[in-house]
Amino acid sequence: MPDPALLEIRDLEAHYGDFQALFGVSMEVAAGEVIAVIGANGAGKSTLLKNIAGLMISPPGMIAFDGLPIGDAPAHEIVAKGIALVPEGRRLFASLSVEENLRIGGQLNRAGPWNLTRIYQLFPVLAERRNVASMSLSGGEQQMAAIARSLMANPRLLLCDEISLGLAPIVVHNIYAQLPQIVAEGTAVIIVEQDIIRALQAADRVYCLQEGRVALEGMAGELTREAISAAYFGV
Amino acid sequence: MTASAFTIERSTPASRLAMLAAMLTLVVLVLAPWWANRADLRLIGEIATYLALASLWNLLAGYAGLVSVGQQAYVGFGGYMLFALAMFGGINPLFAIPLAGVLGAIIAAPVALLVFRLQGAYFAIGTWVVAEVFRLLFSQVSALGGGSGTSLPVDLVRSIASGRDLREMLVYWATLALGAGTVIGIYALLRSRRGLALTAIRDSESAAQSLGIDIWRTKLTVYLLVAGATSMVGAIIFFQKLRISPDAAFSVNDWTAFVIFITVIGGIGTIEGPIIGTLVFFLLRELLADLGTLYLMILGLVAVLVMLKAPHGLWGLLANRLNLSLFPVGRRLKITSKE
Amino acid sequence: MTEWINAVLQGVLLGGLYALFAAGLSLIFGVMRLVNIAHGDLIVLAAFIALAVIDVTGIPALASFVVVVPAMAILGYALQRAVLNRTLGPDILPPLLVTFGLSVIIQNGLLELFTADSRRINAGAIEVASFPLAAGVNIGVLPAITFIIAVAVIGGLQLLFYRTALGRAFRATSDDREVAQLMGLDNRHIYGLAMALSLAVVAVAGILLAVRTNFDPAAGPARLIFGFEAVIIGGLGNLWGTLIGGIILGVAQTVGARIDPGWQLLAGHFAFVTVLVLRPNGLFPRMTG
Repeated sequence: MPDPALLEIRDLEAHYGDFQALFGVSMEVAAGEVIAVIGANGAGKSTLLKNIAGLMISPPGMIAFDGLPIGDAPAHEIVAKGIALVPEGRRLFASLSVEENLRIGGQLNRAGPWNLTRIYQLFPVLAERRNVASMSLSGGEQQMAAIARSLMANPRLLLCDEISLGLAPIVVHNIYAQLPQIVAEGTAVIIVEQDIIRALQAADRVYCLQEGRVALEGMAGELTREAISAAYFGV
Repeated sequence: MTASAFTIERSTPASRLAMLAAMLTLVVLVLAPWWANRADLRLIGEIATYLALASLWNLLAGYAGLVSVGQQAYVGFGGYMLFALAMFGGINPLFAIPLAGVLGAIIAAPVALLVFRLQGAYFAIGTWVVAEVFRLLFSQVSALGGGSGTSLPVDLVRSIASGRDLREMLVYWATLALGAGTVIGIYALLRSRRGLALTAIRDSESAAQSLGIDIWRTKLTVYLLVAGATSMVGAIIFFQKLRISPDAAFSVNDWTAFVIFITVIGGIGTIEGPIIGTLVFFLLRELLADLGTLYLMILGLVAVLVMLKAPHGLWGLLANRLNLSLFPVGRRLKITSKE
Repeated sequence: MTEWINAVLQGVLLGGLYALFAAGLSLIFGVMRLVNIAHGDLIVLAAFIALAVIDVTGIPALASFVVVVPAMAILGYALQRAVLNRTLGPDILPPLLVTFGLSVIIQNGLLELFTADSRRINAGAIEVASFPLAAGVNIGVLPAITFIIAVAVIGGLQLLFYRTALGRAFRATSDDREVAQLMGLDNRHIYGLAMALSLAVVAVAGILLAVRTNFDPAAGPARLIFGFEAVIIGGLGNLWGTLIGGIILGVAQTVGARIDPGWQLLAGHFAFVTVLVLRPNGLFPRMTG
């Protein structure tokens, strides 16, 4: 690894009550990297992101950001440290207009390249619809708005949970086309995806989760189909 | 695969013991006129009425999810109906009690149609408004004493029985019957299929609905039943007092605040809760009643603390620790032999 | 004829006071789906605090705003963070029962401190001053001021909710409290601020109540009911609707009182029941319960 790790996860375990969702997951993300986390439904991908983002609490030593433990920090503090999560299902704020959703993403006024002007350059369609009620946007537009909202927090690490879910391929393509610009501004990205092809195209490195464990990891270009299938389905 | 023989059990050793103890207690209480003095009989009667009110409120809030802070509407309504039936209908007060219950259930129907339009906490305040309306309406009825209320004529009281002692015994037994009958009735209800539906609603409304349980109908039925029973309790309470007035009949403190505190402290959503709560309440009253307003503040504080720290009340704490259920409503599988 | 006009006018102005009772209740429900059963008692508490402050310092009645409003706001923040935040969740019982317990505690605490005597704050000549609108039609100065303050408060709240970052934070937290955290918003703090705001409005309502009529420690529940009826009539989630609801309630009461003084309260309840039957969601609803 050329750069020191931005995010380091060591033997992460997670539970929902009595049910264990993650069994000792370890992972590293360097600054400016794009990591894909793939796996079947229930493999623990969203749980992993929730733990990083602070929606689930873990023992402090298991997750480190910039070398500092953040596992037990609550979500609102994690955003302040520079990690933003684009939640599964978009989940824009229904009472807020598009622009208000973006503004609230920038609530913390963190320094960085992303502001309203820059966001509207990246996603012009949002500029057109800025004063519209957020729920009247199409699925693809909502996804762009959700990503834009998280970018407004100027994160150094962006977490994207299933952004292709429920969207037409051409729409997904347009969204992913903006990813390089986001990375170019200095943000590392973790994308959780069910669309394996999309994930392999966009990412530098890939982790495959299977029933709460890392079944495979490697450079996106070097992994074979067979290896991925085996890791994905556990056969 | 081996086949097993099994039985379905409904009771536990602890519950069988509790049942025995309860029956013995009941026998002792029935015989109370022969071992207790007048003041003791009054106290037991009062405990019985609060036990009934608390059990009923618990059924409504803890099982049907209908949190009402307006049950005093039916307590007062029942009281006034008893007075009206006895004074204007010439009906023997003891027979007027169940009649007041029926009337209470009837008046509860239009009330339910109204307040069921509200949800959650707004439903609660809505029931309070209804109680206020009842209070204001009865204040307007001059035949029943208007705003200052009225007393039950002496000859009506005498019509129950010839001697004072016999009268007191009959009223005491009626109160005891109502108290015990309410708890037994609720226990029987919760053990039945209807009760299973109620418990399902309590645990998860949407899941219950997806199983085909008619939530609205079930809640309405419970609301009407509770209203009727509460009216009966109200009838007997005011019959004992011999006097009724709008403020006393529809008092939030006496008929709702105390009842809620009893149920919360004892444990909502269990049958044992109101029993424990009533006993604790009367104990506290014996100890603290001199303190007046301070007593009420302490009661409120205890209820708040219990709700924050031990939401299942005292019984919840005990039952968890000891893994106990004295009034079990569920069924357990017991394997009797393996082949 | 002029008597009826006077009655309706008085009702409209009274509606302003009821809208003030309701605004704090509506705000809290909007942000955190909590219905504060102690709301009316907190209004009475504010009135008593104002009374005590005026007695001790001798400042003019309407100057008590300066002390009581911030004091109640701080109390609101503390109450939310120390007690009420712990009751929020999917179960409706805890917030209901805890605020009910608080209601009993406050009522009896006030009884203990101030006795059951009826009180009133003396505001001087302004209490009875009135000015004529037309022949035989008079408007009380104090009711008019109360109404104007009510409109200003509701207007202010609307501005806050829809034009400021804090208002945006309130609306976002109300929409989706989990995702609001992902924006850097601390729910506990946001809820604390909302309750502080609610009790600031409660303080205004309490002082205006105290100057206008007699009050005693047991006056809370009636105020809660008026506020609640105004919210339901106007429709959930709509502050201007709450003002209209308050006006409808006020007019119903004053017109009812005109017909028969004993019918004042009943007339108000009748209006409430009518709206509930014909329009279960209120006249201008923006959200469901």
